[in-house]
Amino acid sequence: MAKLYSGAEIVFKCLEDQNVEHIFGYPGGAVLPIYDELKNHPSIKHILVRHEQGAGHAAEGYARSTGKPGVVLVTSGPGATNVVTALTDAYMDSVPLVCISGQVPTHLIGTDAFQECDTTGITRPCTKHNWLVKDINDLPRIMHEAFEVATTGRPGPVLVDIPKDIQFAKAKYFMPKKEKKLKEKSPNRFNQKDIDQLVDLMKKASRPVFYTGGGVINSGPKASEFLRELVSLTGFPITSTLQGLGAYPGDDNQFLGMLGMHGTYEANNAMHDCDLLINIGARFDDRITGKIDEFSPKSKKIHIDIDPSSINKIVKVDLSIVGDVSDVIKSTIRTLKKKNLNLEKSNKQKISKWWQQIQKWRTKQSLNFINSDIVIKPQHAVQRLYELTKNQDTFITTEVGQHQMWAAQHYKFNKPNRWMTSGGLGTMGYGLPAAVGVQVAHPNKLVVDIAGEASILMTMQEISTAVQYNLPIKIFILNNQYMGMVRQWQELLHEKNYSESYSEALPDFVKLAEAYGCVGIRAENPGELDEKIEEMININKPVIFDCHVDQAENCYPMIPSGKPHNQMLLGPKDQEENKISVKGKALV
Amino acid sequence: MVKSKSAYSTPTKIGKLDTHIIVVWVDNEASVLSRVVGLFSGRGYNIESLAVAEVDSKKNLSRITIVTTGTPEVIEQIILQLKKLVPVHKVGNFKREDKKVIFKEMALLKVAGNPGKIKKALNACKKCNPVILDQTNKSAVIQITALKKEIDNVTKNLKILGLVSVSRTGAVAMTRGAEIFN
Repeated sequence: MAKLYSGAEIVFKCLEDQNVEHIFGYPGGAVLPIYDELKNHPSIKHILVRHEQGAGHAAEGYARSTGKPGVVLVTSGPGATNVVTALTDAYMDSVPLVCISGQVPTHLIGTDAFQECDTTGITRPCTKHNWLVKDINDLPRIMHEAFEVATTGRPGPVLVDIPKDIQFAKAKYFMPKKEKKLKEKSPNRFNQKDIDQLVDLMKKASRPVFYTGGGVINSGPKASEFLRELVSLTGFPITSTLQGLGAYPGDDNQFLGMLGMHGTYEANNAMHDCDLLINIGARFDDRITGKIDEFSPKSKKIHIDIDPSSINKIVKVDLSIVGDVSDVIKSTIRTLKKKNLNLEKSNKQKISKWWQQIQKWRTKQSLNFINSDIVIKPQHAVQRLYELTKNQDTFITTEVGQHQMWAAQHYKFNKPNRWMTSGGLGTMGYGLPAAVGVQVAHPNKLVVDIAGEASILMTMQEISTAVQYNLPIKIFILNNQYMGMVRQWQELLHEKNYSESYSEALPDFVKLAEAYGCVGIRAENPGELDEKIEEMININKPVIFDCHVDQAENCYPMIPSGKPHNQMLLGPKDQEENKISVKGKALV
Repeated sequence: MVKSKSAYSTPTKIGKLDTHIIVVWVDNEASVLSRVVGLFSGRGYNIESLAVAEVDSKKNLSRITIVTTGTPEVIEQIILQLKKLVPVHKVGNFKREDKKVIFKEMALLKVAGNPGKIKKALNACKKCNPVILDQTNKSAVIQITALKKEIDNVTKNLKILGLVSVSRTGAVAMTRGAEIFN
């Protein structure tokens, strides 16, 4: 007779068979049997966080920087509800997470038992799928299915809720056979005809642009390589969403920078005026499109996505190709090479006018700012951080707000999986725990969380996790004492009524760092900035870097509310030049 | 017009609304209905009526029939989103006007009153395949099967004829002819 294993053992056997090396979690009454079993599985390292939200974000950082699913282990009730923000964040940004939660014993479910909550009910809208395990014999199948659902198609979070009695109960363990489901499984639903049509449209285009997103990153490092080949083969300009940064080198001449609400002038104008828009793995988010009615009005639109429900959700497209980005680009390159050996040259001639126009837009230098030698400008701080860290393989996470946009604008990424930011949900407090997860996965790499002083306070406790596991993460706080993005919107949209956006009584971050047992550094003027950044990089311990920046700085360029792409608000320099025309200020 | 102060886009024109009947084949497991219904409520889609029951106990399959209204874009989204749910096997979509599809709803009507009134009530149901399920001197329970509109009409007409209680199902659908939906 086959050996019987307890539910807790089965959980770990599944994790081992799924090659899980790290789990992020926090113990509690309803998961104690699983925690008890941890000691018998030395190949799995548990990272104890300080709050379950931190476990979720750390697992997200881990997943996004490695391409492997992140695993979270939490207890019932508050453990599960605390992780909901991170699950929703992962759902919005398509990050593969497997969350295992404890639950009260089956006979107590529904009785309002201690630390009971309807975990599967609460997490249903923020997971791809979830399971409440009511029979121990289902556990092996469900555990493996959880990993499959999380990592296939468009990745996302899943949750397995395991009652305490199931963790004690015994059953046989088995690896489920790959059974054929009724549902069609392959994500690729395109054929050569679609690719031919794509190539044909590319051939005819005179003002084309690639608009690429997080789907390229999720498709794996190969997809980024193919993308680079495709872009160089076609000679087309390329712009990227926030999540797609790094798929294409940020310092390449064909790269127009990020697009969208705080995207560059050239990227947004190219989107507006193009005659062919090729969306690869992006989802026409509202921060990208601006006013839908006037979004890219003159273009034929192509959408390449693994998720059929992304197609025509926001923007009606002329050609949709449902499939794994990597496979689609590969087929496209093959077809291009086979059919049109000289497309590269003929295309370049055809689109040279388009490039001239783009160069004209580029002269606006929309990311420029007026630097100062008295006060540190936040953009300058990010630029210096980039210059001083670009020689090594650096991983950047961020919180949410102005600093996030400045990081996206001024830090140039050359590789995928180096940039972890909360885009869809916009979760303040994401960056610090995410940095913890990234550092766990890459212990010898430089990991920097570009942060704001308001965001960082939301998950500050995780610095304690970093100290416990000797994770030398660098928390680079652009401290302007305001919730900067809120303050900016209040200035621009609410007559400078800065309602509750100023943080009084901020902690002394240097002392705080010391209290946690890490290193605190403060920079207060531009003169000392470089030296202090170097100091930070060279410390092999967690560092909190308190960078005091200009309090009134706004993040430009910006597409104001409900405006199309070609009506951007540019920075102060441009606003000064156009003082005469009031209209010009708003419309440029 | 008041200038929008929202950082989100303002709503644009809303297209023509159509009524569709959406048929979903799902694994008959705990919480599957709440996944389907939650998808509708979470994304702001309408449910006009809902019918669900197991149709194949061997394969453990249930068939959910949902009547919904939306623009063509919304209907397309509903179908694509439904297909993404793990327990969903396939999704069918029919326009209410579709001649190739039969739609039926059932209602149980309780009428109270003297035999004369009950007879009149029964007469009013004539076009809706009435079946008398229970009858006393003072009451009758009538089962009718018809389209939504017809049942609406009958219940309206029966109000003066002693209708005291109505119980209705959602619509169920089936294609005409030998072919089955794949």
